[in-house]
Amino acid sequence: MQLNKSMIALVVLGLLAPLALYPVFLMKVLCFALFACAFNLLLGFVGLLSFGHAVFLGTGGYITGYLMSTTGLTPEISILAGTLCAAALGAVYGKLAVKREGIYFAMVTLALAQLMFFVYLQAPFTGGEDGLQGVPRGELFGFIDLSDNMNMYYFVFAIFLFGFWLVNRTIHSPFGQILKAIRENEPRAISLGYNVNDYKWAAFVISAALAGMAGSTKTLVFQLASLNDVHWHMSGEVVLMTLLGGMGTIFGPIVGAASVVGIQNYLSGGELGNYIHIIMGLIFVVCVLAFRNGIVGEFHKLLKKNF
Amino acid sequence: MSTDYVLQTTDLRKEFKGFTAVEDVNLNVRRGDIHALIGPNGAGKTTVFNLLTKFLIPTSGKILFNGQDITTMKPAAIARLGVIRSFQISAVFPHLTVLENVRVALQRHEGNSFHFWKSEKVLDKLNDRAVELLDDVGLAEFANSKTVDLSYGRKRALEIATTLALEPELMLLDEPTQGMGHEDVDVVADLIKRVSKDRTILMVEHNLHVVSKLADRITVLQRGAILTEGDYDTVSADPRVREAYLGVEEGEEVPGQSAAAKASDSKDVQEATA
Ligand SMILES: Nc1ncnc2c1ncn2[C@@H]1O[C@H](COP(=O)(O)OP(=O)(O)OP(=O)(O)O)[C@@H](O)[C@H]1O
Ligand SMILES: [Mg+2]
Repeated sequence: MQLNKSMIALVVLGLLAPLALYPVFLMKVLCFALFACAFNLLLGFVGLLSFGHAVFLGTGGYITGYLMSTTGLTPEISILAGTLCAAALGAVYGKLAVKREGIYFAMVTLALAQLMFFVYLQAPFTGGEDGLQGVPRGELFGFIDLSDNMNMYYFVFAIFLFGFWLVNRTIHSPFGQILKAIRENEPRAISLGYNVNDYKWAAFVISAALAGMAGSTKTLVFQLASLNDVHWHMSGEVVLMTLLGGMGTIFGPIVGAASVVGIQNYLSGGELGNYIHIIMGLIFVVCVLAFRNGIVGEFHKLLKKNF
Repeated sequence: MSTDYVLQTTDLRKEFKGFTAVEDVNLNVRRGDIHALIGPNGAGKTTVFNLLTKFLIPTSGKILFNGQDITTMKPAAIARLGVIRSFQISAVFPHLTVLENVRVALQRHEGNSFHFWKSEKVLDKLNDRAVELLDDVGLAEFANSKTVDLSYGRKRALEIATTLALEPELMLLDEPTQGMGHEDVDVVADLIKRVSKDRTILMVEHNLHVVSKLADRITVLQRGAILTEGDYDTVSADPRVREAYLGVEEGEEVPGQSAAAKASDSKDVQEATA
């Protein structure tokens, strides 16, 4: 099958990548790719635009950062805790948001995320404006030293693969089939007896959990949890990554995340560093106007046309 | 009670900002009937359907299904009771395959619709039943086509197959033959006749030929209110109906048959120009 081949290629690529590229750069790409995959589950496969997804990324980050800094918990347990907290927050926010549709859904998610932003700004355990710095990476399962970048990389890669697998499994599951039906024709799904809000809610929680897992992992990689990760800029960035890569495609979010992180890294080193936001904005505009289907989507179209 | 009614409404009413779209409708649908709801454009037929299936909330009035008051229930809950509707514009899942469309309906009874950790392969055991249903409506050979690629008539047939997958006790069909050519109309009419065994059908239909062929009972709606009710002969003989629905002057002789032909001709033209 086509997808299986692509999956194998992805695994091989991931295993070999640190031979050619900086592990820290790659880990950043993987964290954002997971974040974007989680987001794409909602936007691409249920048709829900959450504009506050950073709150789940940030929540995972803060919880994991706090636990690693103040307790003797191992990294895998701390990441699990961060993921669960993001899922719990997603369960509450999702309940409130799925009652609304379209632009109102986006507004509710944004408003709820901003609420949490101010909580994290004031809460004593987050370090306020400074964030949590110098978070120790700890030892995986108590014996694998993660301060070694290669060890850390393969750990991050394993987490990413798990998240990526889960998103794809969800899409190609009995549950995913109903999600697609809802995306395609919501009134019809209702008239067949499905309580569509319950399905949207469940998808929201899964997406929030995986976004939290991405945030938890990111905090370990950079040994930092900060307000940046809960800021609405970050929510916008994941929209950009998903659209640029191709929403509703399997590999789009990965390509999108790699492109955005790559461009940002490239620009921040050079003279154009001050114009990053303008350039990203331009890319966004071009993408929305000219490449509706994103990089992967356009690529699929090209393949279809020529073969 | 001597007659067995599946569905009854009492003084059902819907107002949109002062405009009364449905006015004190008392509808009684007998078990096992094909009951047609007819009336000129804008009479409120679709609105009645939306009220019955809770896609709209009635301003006042009551709805009973098998004697149970369902007036305040949610649309998905109504469906779970066994009342499945179709829509005036074709209601399919366009980017799923034809087979998958039917499976979405079959899946509801499987109890695995929240299982996100399982492979969709577990749904394959529904394929035989799905193909059977597709075969019934003449779509078996299209099972693996993308639904968007089907012709309009076939989409409507698929919709019926999907609805039947849930074995509804009461089926609500909103203009199932709208926009179809002659042959498709006959195919769908036969299909409806066939599937009406063991169930009740309430249908909105403009094509009087189809109505005369299928309906056991007809309710005529005009400007939101019931004008008259009865079997085809009674209703078609009523001068008010002829005036309101057929748009002919009293006394002018228009047999139902030729009016129906006219109606379906104009549909053909619509389709050809679409
Ligand atoms: N949501 C709404 N808001 C305001 N007015 C509405 C709404 N839905 C329907 N109406 C009005 O109610 C009236 C009845 O509409 P309805 O769609 O029920 O008619 P219909 O009998 O199904 O007509 P057709 O044969 O054209 O399908 C129309 O005048 C329509 O404009
Ligand atoms: Mg109508």
